[in-house]
Amino acid sequence: MSESSSRAARLLRHPLLWPVLALVVLLLVNVVVNPNFLNVRMQDGHLYGNVIDIMRNSAPVMLVALGMTLVIATRGIDLSVGAIAAIAAAVACTRIIGAGDEAALTTAVMAMTYAVVVCVALGAWNGFLVSVLGIQPIIATLILMVAGRGISMAITDGQITTVNNPFFSDLASGFVLTLPLAFLIAIAVLAFTAVLTRRTALGMLIESVGINPEASRLAGVRSRTIIWTVYAFSGFCAGLAGLVIAANTNSVNANSLGLWIELDAILAVVIGGTSLAGGRFSLMGTFIGALFIATLARTIPNIGIPSDLNYLFKAVVVIAVCLVQSPKARASLRVRRTGPPTSGPAPTPAPAPAPAKAGISS
Amino acid sequence: MTQMTTPPEVVAPPEGERSPVIEMRDISITFGAVRALDRVSLRLFPGEVHALMGENGAGKSTLIKALTGVYTIDAGEVIVEGEPHEFHSPAASQEAGISTVYQEVNLVPNLTVAENMMLGREPRRFGAISVRDMNRRARRTLLHLGVDIDPRSTLDEHPIAIQQLVAIARAVDVEAKVLILDEPTSSLDADEVEKLFTVMRRLRDEGVAIVFVSHFLDQIYEIADRMTILRNGKLVEERMVAQTTQLELVRSMIGRELETLDRLDCEAPKTDAETGVPVLKAIGLGRKNSLEATDLELFEGEVVGIAGLLGSGRTELARLLFGADTADTGELTFRSERRKLRSPRHAIDRKVAFSSEDRKAEGVVGDLTVADNMLLALQASRGWLRPIPQAMRTQLVDDYIAALDIRPADPHALMRNLSGGNQQKVLLARWLITQPEILILDEPTRGIDIGAKAQIQAKVAELAAQGLSVVFISAELEEVLRLSDRLVVMRDRRKIDERVNADVSVRDVLEIIAGEAHPEPQAEPQSEGATHV
Repeated sequence: MSESSSRAARLLRHPLLWPVLALVVLLLVNVVVNPNFLNVRMQDGHLYGNVIDIMRNSAPVMLVALGMTLVIATRGIDLSVGAIAAIAAAVACTRIIGAGDEAALTTAVMAMTYAVVVCVALGAWNGFLVSVLGIQPIIATLILMVAGRGISMAITDGQITTVNNPFFSDLASGFVLTLPLAFLIAIAVLAFTAVLTRRTALGMLIESVGINPEASRLAGVRSRTIIWTVYAFSGFCAGLAGLVIAANTNSVNANSLGLWIELDAILAVVIGGTSLAGGRFSLMGTFIGALFIATLARTIPNIGIPSDLNYLFKAVVVIAVCLVQSPKARASLRVRRTGPPTSGPAPTPAPAPAPAKAGISS
Repeated sequence: MTQMTTPPEVVAPPEGERSPVIEMRDISITFGAVRALDRVSLRLFPGEVHALMGENGAGKSTLIKALTGVYTIDAGEVIVEGEPHEFHSPAASQEAGISTVYQEVNLVPNLTVAENMMLGREPRRFGAISVRDMNRRARRTLLHLGVDIDPRSTLDEHPIAIQQLVAIARAVDVEAKVLILDEPTSSLDADEVEKLFTVMRRLRDEGVAIVFVSHFLDQIYEIADRMTILRNGKLVEERMVAQTTQLELVRSMIGRELETLDRLDCEAPKTDAETGVPVLKAIGLGRKNSLEATDLELFEGEVVGIAGLLGSGRTELARLLFGADTADTGELTFRSERRKLRSPRHAIDRKVAFSSEDRKAEGVVGDLTVADNMLLALQASRGWLRPIPQAMRTQLVDDYIAALDIRPADPHALMRNLSGGNQQKVLLARWLITQPEILILDEPTRGIDIGAKAQIQAKVAELAAQGLSVVFISAELEEVLRLSDRLVVMRDRRKIDERVNADVSVRDVLEIIAGEAHPEPQAEPQSEGATHV
């Protein structure tokens, strides 16, 4: 095998190839329909354009999906993230309203801190149900998915609560260094997660528990602590996402805030190449996956899909992306197109990804 | 006569010239390059309990799956009541009157007893399922078997033993001619086994041919009439149980001529290591349905070998010593500290290491690299906040790859791509890196090539010489005898003998296992009966 072809083979096997390709194709579709789609202009000291909007809009899903990635890596799932986001928003907004000076910076900071702490506690509750009581993750988090909406309704007395705090609304609409603050927060959490998992042994132990729980137990891994940690972290991420969403409208509607975001987040994780069966995870893949979801949302109006078809369109695209990513589906496509591989390179052996370079730190 | 080259002995059917209900002739099955069954024959006569015997990997379950249509036969034929049959699916096999009850009850726990028995062939009235008919019929069948339970109760209200009887009742209800019971007794206590045997005898007397698989020799001698013994995918012989001593049976299953074995005897008698305080002492360690109360002492630098057949309790003992399962009774003392083990961590904190017999399910973390697999136990004990520094990682991994000759010598290779022998070496390294004082190895050389096997044995001997205490479990008696200073023999979930490994031969061990040896004074008395000479 020549050097260039082996490099190509390595690239073909890179776990991020398909997510990136999917994102690029989606962007190209937009450019074909609207040649100005990628245009970015400077205005009032920061950048404007579709791409910038996609960045900002991707922040909530990206945040939730980062926490979800770790949970999924342990063979779990967290369905309660949308409800937790609603609780975070409800707590923060009622705190801001209840404060002496509604518009002060300290009011915003205190309220957000308080909300995030509550969310970490809620995540820890999920972790408790899963790791100590041994309830199946889908059921354990379903409890808070349903009850959490009720809790956030109770906090806001069932009213749409509007706040007026410029610092709080900056969370969604502010810009730092010409880029949307919300996106930068998501990037910061991505970096933090990468350091947390790849600069400590947490990532390896999470993967070990996800791949073979019994072998990990016999090797002495404290899987209970690890599972607890990832659910608490997922609560933290969901809380941040809830704050960003609330800041975008300066209000909280406990009924609808963060509704179905868990599904988008799970999609982002899957598109990013982390298996729902647990084990190896890719934070970078999740990052791309979240960008893909946000781009898709932007694509629907841009290419003129009627709004009543947008769920259908989304479903079709997601199915296509998942099929393209599946080595099995690709292999069967290849066989159908070219017949049995008699010559040429043998099909790449089923999922044998190169050592995953998950996390932006490596 | 037990040599594989001699033609298998054929025994007359139990009663005169009755023809077999099932005859499997020269069955061969190949998986990839592995020949799982090699021209194996099996005859089942109506009204007999037929024991299918053999160690792990002998081909018992493959043969059963060939008969029940799970596997397709490559060569050979199956004759049912004189007619050749080909079973391409489990349904076809059931159609022919062959029913199977697996070790794990495969019924639906939250349906009623009657629904489970009638699932898929419910009595109907005007097209709708008649619950009343169903319950009545189920009750009749159950009572016929001497099981008095309400068919309307849900299955999971009942203990496993009753569930098993329900499974049998289901099989009987389809008027099975052949009933296959694959290790039905492995999770039953003595009373429950008796209940099962009563049902089995009743069915046998009604003319059903029963295939019985069990690792408990006493049970075989209690219930079975004839047996077929397999080894390494080949037929060894077919015999009448009453005319076979336990020693002959054990020898047939393990498969060496005694004369050859005597020559293979242990090479160097080991030093007597019993000095000072034992590093590990177990008194009355036991667990319900798994291991009867067992005593064990382990001294510094000593290798204690545990010999016994599959299901003898050897693995169960190892798991209790490590806290992989929690003991119901007894106590463990580590040097002078008494300690209950509630999880493997408790054992690991006391410098115990355990390599499970089930490499794939309980050892290998397939999608992680060799390096991560090696460092897993050490990293786990350090906690995730204290990652092993990169330099130390490299050093440890490179050292052990070299010391154990692991191939490929690539720390970044994925564990699942390694061969079994190399995976086993990585797992050994995983524990050696934690610098244990006690190393429990359960079947560390099973299914690995001869070179890797020798390397692992040599490493164990070397470590013991350096002061490590080792509990060594293997189905291969030669290997146990070669490595151990002291020998513990187990059978039927309990320790039946213990002796210093001086001049102990494989033949001696086989005799102990078969219950024909005279135990040393300090050992427990033999189980009663079960010796047929």
